[in-house]
Amino acid sequence: MENYHKELDRTFGALSDPTRRAILTRLEREDRVSVSELARPFAIKLPAVMKHLAVLQEAGLVMRSKVGRTVTVQLSPEPIREAMDWLRRYERFWSASLDRLAAYAEGKEAEMEEKGG
Amino acid sequence: MTSLTIVRRIRARPSLVFDAITTPEGITRWWGPDDGPVLLAETDLRVGGRYRVRFRMLDGTEHESSGEYLEVVRPERLAMSWRWAGGEDPGQSLVEIDLRAIAEGTELTFTHSRLHDEETRRSHEAGWNGALDKLERHFLASLEHGGAK
Repeated sequence: MENYHKELDRTFGALSDPTRRAILTRLEREDRVSVSELARPFAIKLPAVMKHLAVLQEAGLVMRSKVGRTVTVQLSPEPIREAMDWLRRYERFWSASLDRLAAYAEGKEAEMEEKGG
Repeated sequence: MTSLTIVRRIRARPSLVFDAITTPEGITRWWGPDDGPVLLAETDLRVGGRYRVRFRMLDGTEHESSGEYLEVVRPERLAMSWRWAGGEDPGQSLVEIDLRAIAEGTELTFTHSRLHDEETRRSHEAGWNGALDKLERHFLASLEHGGAK
């Protein structure tokens, strides 16, 4: 459980930066992008982009591969899926609970109406 | 998405719904993600009072959450802090329940927020406002589309 939360921390931490989110959004649209191409839209220098990529890679959000002299980056969505699963657990918990809450309260209401009538 | 909102329409008056949410008798009848039993329900319904609920799921695991009542306005509104026992999810989150009288009974708006609070705080410090939500929805949509669930 501890490791699981460390992974979640890393995922959310990696996602907490606008440049890194912009990188991920682009990689979501395009399958493989070279590092220099990724850096192009940003006002920051290539080494700064490399740092962001390192954070994303550390969190397991992207994978790097080298073809010849070109390094390309690719999305690895598993950690986001885990973060989403974590949120879905809460959703399942409350959704099921509130369904039963509604059924219980509606039963009570029917009882009261019977008594009243 | 570090918060969760659910809206339900219930064919019962708000005071009945409110009592179902805040009394041990009511809580034992509905609390938990499956049909496993509620093992313990304690409520001290006043601002600053505490609640504690323990339940067992059908898979045999037991879970407990507790917190403090922050707002108690019968039958309209309830706010309480939320914490899982045993470090299941570290950190404290916030549960808010608003009950609005409507023709058919009650419209219940449930919000669980400040989930993963530490990261939310850090993100806000980094100047982020809601963009993470958007990104996650984006990814969620593509993941569901890809059948990765």
